[in-house]
Amino acid sequence: MSVHVRIPTPLRRFTGGAEEVAAAGGTVGHIVNDLERQFPGIKERLCDDDGKVRRFVNLYVNGDDIRFLNNLDTDVKDGDEVSIVPAIAGG
Amino acid sequence: MPRGAGSAAAARDAPRLELPSRVHSVLDLIGHTPLVDLTGFDPGLSPRVRLYAKLEGFNPGGSVKDRPALWMVRHGLATGALQPGKTIIDSTSGNTGIALALIGAALGYPVLLVLPDNVSRERKRIISAFGAKMVFSSGLEGSDGAILLCRRIIGEDPERYFKPDQYFNEMNPRAHYESTGPEIWEATHGTVTHLVASIGTGGTIMGTGRYLKERNPKIQVIAAEPDDPWHGLEGLKHMASSIVPGVYHEEELDGKIPVPTDAAYELVYRLGPDWGLVVGQSSGAALYAALRVARTIDEGVIVMIFCDFGDRYLSTNLWIGWSEWQQRQRGA
Repeated sequence: MSVHVRIPTPLRRFTGGAEEVAAAGGTVGHIVNDLERQFPGIKERLCDDDGKVRRFVNLYVNGDDIRFLNNLDTDVKDGDEVSIVPAIAGG
Repeated sequence: MPRGAGSAAAARDAPRLELPSRVHSVLDLIGHTPLVDLTGFDPGLSPRVRLYAKLEGFNPGGSVKDRPALWMVRHGLATGALQPGKTIIDSTSGNTGIALALIGAALGYPVLLVLPDNVSRERKRIISAFGAKMVFSSGLEGSDGAILLCRRIIGEDPERYFKPDQYFNEMNPRAHYESTGPEIWEATHGTVTHLVASIGTGGTIMGTGRYLKERNPKIQVIAAEPDDPWHGLEGLKHMASSIVPGVYHEEELDGKIPVPTDAAYELVYRLGPDWGLVVGQSSGAALYAALRVARTIDEGVIVMIFCDFGDRYLSTNLWIGWSEWQQRQRGA
């Protein structure tokens, strides 16, 4: 089970500059853990100490905000696209 | 037919410091915003420290950005860079777009805005309501992505567009030098000791700071900046990781205070029920930095810039966090 994860500019320092990476797992939570395994440090940017998605972080599965799905328990399937979207910066 | 050239607003060059009761154009309502006293926000402060917020949400476009947008467009008209037949175009995270849309509508010029596709729904709708057109860049690329896409669009037909270019147009800080700065000086009867503002393009803090330091070189000019490139303070820029705006000159600042997103949000949440002010996250960032400054001094008058009100963030993470915060308060 592999999904495409789109990485925003401020987090590409974890992925060696890659805009898109592959990750494995059946839920968004599993995907986040697999990202952490591949790119140590990235999970702390996405989730708080309790493991919940940080308030200002947006995670989308195929364009749908996981807050309106099942949060980290949202199911993903082979070929899905997960996007990590930052806040808007500047003017 | 553009209405700009002959209007009172377009011709006006000296700022007025009080809001008139009847105006010729909506553009005459830009500026003249009030200060509100928030001195009691932190009871632990020295009794000789005053804390004021300048409420830029009172501008007709709802944010501080009305000022630079008006100055840049007026300068374009004055120099001939903006003429009938041209379209005003710029990249923006939202508030500048709303300001340009309003000003373009008032003057009769079409407006095309390049925005990251994840700007708040309210902003897109407000811009549409002013009749402006929008093109969206990838939200993953942030505001820098919008800057680059805007350059490409102009490159395809350079003669068609007037680009105010808030990041590099000296009229951006000039607007604040000529309006925000004098207003703060007058409103505090020259007693202001500290200016605290968050940085998006840097125009507000540069222009306002320059004016105030000319009046009194001892005034401290402090910027509130996101503490990390990865932040949730919509509209603000983490300079070290961004395309640094040409109008921004960090050496003119007396200090920079890094602001954690969650801390700024918490202050926004308190301002609503405790002070009757629902503001945007950049105001929370300014308040966070101002409180940090206030705790280090025994006496002074601190003026913060509150860039906008919070009603244009109701579909964003700021608001989502608000309901969580309320639940925590009830549980506490």
